[in-house]
Amino acid sequence: MRQELTKGFLKRNPVFVLMVGLCPTLATTTSMNNALAMGVAATAVLVCSNVFVSLVRNFIPKGVRIPCYIVIIASFVTIVEMLMKYFLPLAVSEKLSIFIPLIVVNCIILYRAEDFASKNGVMVSLLDGIGMGGGFTGALLLIAAIRETTGNGTVFGLKFWPAYEPAAVMTLAPGAFIVMGLLLALFKWRSLRKIRAATLTARAEPQVGTEEVTA
Amino acid sequence: MGNLFAIIITITFVNNVVLSQFLGLCPFVNSSDKTDKSFGMGMAVTFVMTMASFVTYLLYTFLLKPDAKLLKVLFPDTEIARNGLQDVLQTATFILVIAALVQLVEIFMRKSLPGLYRSLGIFLPLITTNCAVLGVALLNTSYASRPLSLVEAVVQGFFAGIGFTVAMLLMSGVRERLDKLDVPEPLRGTPITFIATGLMALAFLGFAGMGT
Repeated sequence: MRQELTKGFLKRNPVFVLMVGLCPTLATTTSMNNALAMGVAATAVLVCSNVFVSLVRNFIPKGVRIPCYIVIIASFVTIVEMLMKYFLPLAVSEKLSIFIPLIVVNCIILYRAEDFASKNGVMVSLLDGIGMGGGFTGALLLIAAIRETTGNGTVFGLKFWPAYEPAAVMTLAPGAFIVMGLLLALFKWRSLRKIRAATLTARAEPQVGTEEVTA
Repeated sequence: MGNLFAIIITITFVNNVVLSQFLGLCPFVNSSDKTDKSFGMGMAVTFVMTMASFVTYLLYTFLLKPDAKLLKVLFPDTEIARNGLQDVLQTATFILVIAALVQLVEIFMRKSLPGLYRSLGIFLPLITTNCAVLGVALLNTSYASRPLSLVEAVVQGFFAGIGFTVAMLLMSGVRERLDKLDVPEPLRGTPITFIATGLMALAFLGFAGMGT
């Protein structure tokens, strides 16, 4: 049970390990406020659709399941979109404008519906939704933290270090791609190191030098 | 005419769907490793995007937007006709239209272009979840200040697809060379693809200020 909740954060992080849902990841991480709003919206849709798909999983005919999932997801996205328009400040909802309806085609949600919720019980699917959504939000916040501090010199919109001259390119498209590439490399380096360490212990050759394997 | 030209330049280069709007990244990253595959994918996306722009624009103007003609006929003098259905139904209608179009393209290709159909394989049905298609359909209807005409919407859809194809082709060229290089192991594959994309996006920033 606990594993369903925690796997989304590091081991099977949707962004850095599974590499699904990349478009909103890069588009909405210009500031941490936007990233948080997007992460929460996607998590809400993911949890609702996971629970609902899991509830009706035995009633949906196999052949038309994907269209059914898409309609279910689209309904929840519409609800979230209307809620956000009502509650969030205009600046944030304007910035996220087309990326909220685009949650419909976010691969994470369809992927979890197809791969997990359609095969598992309601409770586990709920936990899976929270875990995966949390991992997604965490990933967004990490990217946004790097881009906002370097590109705008602020954290959640607050200036901490007035002497810093921000490099605006980090908040533009190139910065997003490069930060994403480096973070993916970091995650890959981590897993490579683990694999290497595992093969070394398997060969029963305790070497300390494995940490030297750098990028 | 000038308007159309501005739209073409803007959507193909200045606001390139992949390199500046971050739409359609999944197929961009996953199927841009070979040039011919990129081209086939780009063309299929362009076709679906153009058709989707046409159909969703018509649906939007006649059925979804506030004071739409068909709404007025169906529900005369009600709240629904005044406010439109766009808040409630836009996302669901658009995605269903796109899914239906992709299905149509698939049936058509299987019957009349079996070669291309086989080479595209799994990527064809996946165009449904390509967020560039839905993204462009939504963009077509979201200019609050100056609504697009039908022709402009279709042209924007078509050239958004061309922009996607251009980005895919450029990337596949870069990647075919990257394969032969000695890239550090953690960077191999997707990470280096993203960094190369970043450099391409930097070059495309040079177009900013043109068009519009």
